[in-house]
Amino acid sequence: MSRISEEQVKHVAHLARLAITEEEAQMLTDQLDKIITYAEQLNELNTDNVEPTAHVLEIKNVMREDRAKEGLPREEVLKNAPEHQDGQIKVPGIME
Amino acid sequence: MSLFEHKISELHELLHKRDLSVSDLVDESYKRIGEVEGKVQAFLTLDEENARAAAKALDEKVIQNKPTSKLYGLPIGIKDNIVTKGLRTTAASKILENFDPIYDATVIQKLKHAETVTIGKLNMDEFAMGSSNENSGFKKTYNPWNLDRVPGGSSGGSAASVAAGEVLFSLGSDTGGSIRQPASFCGVVGMKPTYGLVSRFGLIAFASSLDQIGPITRNVEDNAFLLKAIAGYDEMDSTSANVDIPDYIASMTGDIKGLRIAVPKEYLGEGVNEEVRKSVMDALVILERLGATWEEVSLPHSKYALATYYLLSSSEASANLARFDGVRYGYRSPNAENLLEMYKMTREEGFGEEVKRRIMLGTFALSAGYYDAHYKKAQKVRTLIKQDFEKVFEQYDVIVGPTAPTPAFKLGENTRDPMTMYANDILTIPVNLAGVPAISVPCGFDKGLPLGLQIIGRHFDESTVYKVAHAFEQATDFHKQQPEL
Repeated sequence: MSRISEEQVKHVAHLARLAITEEEAQMLTDQLDKIITYAEQLNELNTDNVEPTAHVLEIKNVMREDRAKEGLPREEVLKNAPEHQDGQIKVPGIME
Repeated sequence: MSLFEHKISELHELLHKRDLSVSDLVDESYKRIGEVEGKVQAFLTLDEENARAAAKALDEKVIQNKPTSKLYGLPIGIKDNIVTKGLRTTAASKILENFDPIYDATVIQKLKHAETVTIGKLNMDEFAMGSSNENSGFKKTYNPWNLDRVPGGSSGGSAASVAAGEVLFSLGSDTGGSIRQPASFCGVVGMKPTYGLVSRFGLIAFASSLDQIGPITRNVEDNAFLLKAIAGYDEMDSTSANVDIPDYIASMTGDIKGLRIAVPKEYLGEGVNEEVRKSVMDALVILERLGATWEEVSLPHSKYALATYYLLSSSEASANLARFDGVRYGYRSPNAENLLEMYKMTREEGFGEEVKRRIMLGTFALSAGYYDAHYKKAQKVRTLIKQDFEKVFEQYDVIVGPTAPTPAFKLGENTRDPMTMYANDILTIPVNLAGVPAISVPCGFDKGLPLGLQIIGRHFDESTVYKVAHAFEQATDFHKQQPEL
């Protein structure tokens, strides 16, 4: 039984904001299926009483003083923007 | 003889006595690049004009004051996922092809403080996803020991440039083996420090709970000098650890009498090449002769590390790479009619195949209905893998094994099936999952290709790792051999 269908792959591509081609959808269905099948070996392990590890060090809630700092200069921030106008980043239309 | 065959301490002495200038060192770098870069292809960007100007300024300064920093004037190469202000930084991705960073990573600030000279930015697998540099969006890098072979990855340019004598040393990053595996393939020394020892501020993020910056050098002592310069707490990285950085050099006494070494049977099992296995057994004989003892142990969850790693690292990557959307920086597709289309086409056109595959895997593993089965399950198995290491370290000082299951493979050999490429990292990945430090040092050759010995230590015990690596290096001469180019 396959772990992932081509329809699911297309849905995931939409979530990931990737305009994949039909060819890529087929290839990814096959490859992700193999990878997920491989990953299912983790189910051999009983992890009912195991805490998940998100982070290996015992660092928690790193706080800093709530103090305003100077931001970046506008010209610097816009330097790498693909398109900008009047000191603001410009994007294609959001609504019709 | 290349100037880079000298150790840092020797170069420092020569610079101090003014028998050598910083400009001489920078000349040596670009001269060598002129000779061999056409074959090795380690660099994505060279910064010659600025490097020569910096060298001149440092040479003038030394007339007033003797250098104090150990790394003063030394030519370094930087992996291209570490941002350098005003110097193009791409992470080897088309999506960042013309990215001009507006700040320096913390490690770069520290290197500037230590007065090193940046020679250029080094090739890598796109966003550090790969084990051969074949996933670079721009070019392939070739192994200086054999140009038909890969340099390893993802820090392939970092390892190849040091092995080829183009720079004295370099910085790489290691998420699942990306410093140690190319160091092994190129016959140089590569250290992945404890997670949190070196600030990740300004490292283009791949998998934030695993990524770590580290040094690649020609010998163990130099490696420790470079790590000392870049390590330390940074308020700009909330995962940075507030620990004292010891004097690593002081630990390199050559004396490892009574040291207890664990050798995991899983690291010498199936899939590990016979010559690799033999080089590790020979290394253990040498370490025994130096007064250490070793015993076989088990890290029983090793076989689950690869699956755990790919689920966790890809999930984290899918979140980290969401920022590349064509809005604030980087490539933007010119073909889109509206915002949603712009996002999708920018990412489709800007990312390479492997990066897209991992974003897809990560997005799937985190998506509704699959999160518990995949992502959370992997986080739990990560705990078991971490506990394997903790148990062994209750009774042993270091863990020793091979760095990679084989020597450098041929270009194109592993590109067809992603799973065979992934399997290359099977001996390095568990270390990142556990967050412990590990080094790769040269330990032999298989048909002219270098092999690496991996030495793994306890959290923040880089000192012991260096001590063992240094003792082994002093007892052997693998690190003295040079590729012929």
